[in-house]
Amino acid sequence: MTKIFDEMWGREDALRAPYSQFGQWFEGEDPARLRAKQREAEEVFRLTGITFNVYGQAAAEERLIPFDIVPRIISGAEWKKLTRGIEQRVRAINAFLHDIYHRQEIVRAGRLPVEMIKNNEAYLPEMVGVTPPGGVYTHIVGIDLVRTGDDEFYVLEDNARTPSGVSYMLENRETMYKMFPELFSQTKVQPVSQYPRSLLRSLSACAPSCAEGTPTVAVLTPGSYNSAYFEHAFLADQMGVELVEGSDLRVVDGRVAMRTTQGYKPIDVIYRRIDDDFIDPLTFNPESALGVPGIMDVYRAGNIAIANAPGTGIADDKAIYSYMPEIVEFYTGEKAILQNVPTWRCNDPESLKYVLDNLDELVVKEVHGSGGYGMLIGPTASKKELAEFRKKLEAKPGNYIAQPTLSLSTVPIMTKAGLAPRHVDLRPFVLVSPEGVNITPGGLTRVALKKGSLVVNSSQGGGTKDTWVLED
Amino acid sequence: MLGKTAGGLFWMYRYLERAENITRMIETGQRIALTRNQENDDEWASVLQTASVDLGYFEKYDELSKDTVIDWMLRDKDNASSVMSAVEAARNNARQVRGALTHETWEAMNGCWMRLKELLKRKVNERDLPQALGLIRQRTALVRGATHGTLLRNDIYDFARIGTFLERADNTGRILDVKYYVLLPSANAVGSQLDNVQWETILRSVSGESGIRMVYGHNPTPRDIAAFLILDGRMPRSLYFCAKKLQDNLGYLAHDYGETATSHDLAVQLGKRLKERSIDEIFDIGLHEFIQEILIALGELSRQIEVDYRFYE
Repeated sequence: MTKIFDEMWGREDALRAPYSQFGQWFEGEDPARLRAKQREAEEVFRLTGITFNVYGQAAAEERLIPFDIVPRIISGAEWKKLTRGIEQRVRAINAFLHDIYHRQEIVRAGRLPVEMIKNNEAYLPEMVGVTPPGGVYTHIVGIDLVRTGDDEFYVLEDNARTPSGVSYMLENRETMYKMFPELFSQTKVQPVSQYPRSLLRSLSACAPSCAEGTPTVAVLTPGSYNSAYFEHAFLADQMGVELVEGSDLRVVDGRVAMRTTQGYKPIDVIYRRIDDDFIDPLTFNPESALGVPGIMDVYRAGNIAIANAPGTGIADDKAIYSYMPEIVEFYTGEKAILQNVPTWRCNDPESLKYVLDNLDELVVKEVHGSGGYGMLIGPTASKKELAEFRKKLEAKPGNYIAQPTLSLSTVPIMTKAGLAPRHVDLRPFVLVSPEGVNITPGGLTRVALKKGSLVVNSSQGGGTKDTWVLED
Repeated sequence: MLGKTAGGLFWMYRYLERAENITRMIETGQRIALTRNQENDDEWASVLQTASVDLGYFEKYDELSKDTVIDWMLRDKDNASSVMSAVEAARNNARQVRGALTHETWEAMNGCWMRLKELLKRKVNERDLPQALGLIRQRTALVRGATHGTLLRNDIYDFARIGTFLERADNTGRILDVKYYVLLPSANAVGSQLDNVQWETILRSVSGESGIRMVYGHNPTPRDIAAFLILDGRMPRSLYFCAKKLQDNLGYLAHDYGETATSHDLAVQLGKRLKERSIDEIFDIGLHEFIQEILIALGELSRQIEVDYRFYE
């Protein structure tokens, strides 16, 4: 078996170029001091309240996502190539969304089976014929990438509905600045701090035509018990806009308005961090108290921009994912720059047979699952788990896709015994507006803290690292 | 600003002030317990009453004892006005309005909560009590300091101040009301041992012992103490001082928003009620009746602010 690719050491245990300066610095550091810094960093996170709430645990429990001080470093050249691929993909996703809610050319052309849309829970008939202000469907995208070798990146998921984690990208960097200022004066790392300004600008550029003067933007959160509440508050604060809940909003004179100390004031753009189903109890889930009754009517009338648009979820659906190479080609006329992980759709009998025969070598995911729940990692699963999953697959094959277990690259983390390699993924953050696509040089690197583990989700005990994109 | 945010700021600072006031009362109770002669815990009943947490206490406990009173007031989750409950509530509100706070203020508040959660995880034994109370005061003062030093003087600051002074006025009012009988200018009780101890309680709980010395010397009369705590505009915990601040901050809001709210009128009336009376007139009305009137007016003012600035739907 070939050795796993390490971002710092490659396959040959020779310091890779992007790590040369960091490696030198690290050599000269006292490991005890570094471990002390690691603890200090955690204290900073705790004090600033950078925590997430854990569902199903004691109500008030707030946890830190473990932070590791060894950065993940990407060269400027590697980044340039990645961003070309990401931009192409994001443009295709937006074109795809417009198409499936309008003429469905991709279906007419026979490139995507109509069932993929018709039977998809994320597809919203309410969005048919609706064109969002500025023509943008997915304003904020987090593309999950993994690397398996020097020049081999794969897209794992296109998070096109409400990608989270951008606050960690920003706070990880701030913490690194505080802990190791000297490191940054030696190494030229591209800054990420412009993200909130870019986000506000990007959102403002999508304001509907009824907006007067500077558009009023607000972040819509389910509330302080949501696991990502810290991020919602952080983004509103950084953009200098209001953080609202459904109970602060109502429809007034055909506009969505927020209750201020001086009465109701219209909003032009809403960055929502609640799911489609909860946005409008009059249109979707009538039980929802999180959303705004009537917001969909305002939206259809073109009087508010919603980021991301309702119904974008269909583009990051795991079954649609397997068609992404076709989708990119159909809308851009070019071959996809970024590769998909080969994917078996279990609703296809032949694929299902292959998956069942090779279960112990595959990763099986629920089509609509997220957060690392409801998945099977064949190579590390017990016999019992394999048998249970087999039953699930046979019962509802359409619910699952399967992929080979990729040998994800590793980046070392600091352990008591020194550096030790752990698997990582990468989520760069992409902004889309009528002005163009903006990709912040960096992203969220998630790291599996358990030796050999491939699960990097924070809800499953993963940690994070600062992500550096170097100036070339 | 969102109505919800205004409400969150108002309550954050009310709860912060409450945590501090409760700490002051425990401190006073402790002090008196240490300096009195008789061997019973009667004084603690009065401390519970002053903090308006006596009913809850007696629902939970049958007997009065120093240890249970202190624990009830310091850290009991069943007591919504225990120091820990108040700090927890202040921090939850701060979390809600985080975008309105500066980083220093938020971090001071979060740090206060973290430190006190650690401190009050277990029962505090008598030996460690003075230190614990000192730490609580220090941590809440730090939040107030960060607020003063870093917050923009706009409506955010106004709502913070309004919350602070409503709670403080309410607190001073309650202390006076519970102790009004020792302040009554009747001849028979004056100068008794009990009387002196009670005065001291009042003054200590509002950190007024050195202030009153500067104004009235070493032997203030009950009338002096009442005048000092009700009417003295220099005393930062007097009713008049708090009323004046409420009036000022509601006035800034009226100015900023270009609209005078009903609550501003109520605050002006409250100020007048205090300013236009001498202490003799107050005793003529009846101290208890007068204080009750003020407490009711404070309650009305608080409710009117909620309505005027749309804290809730």
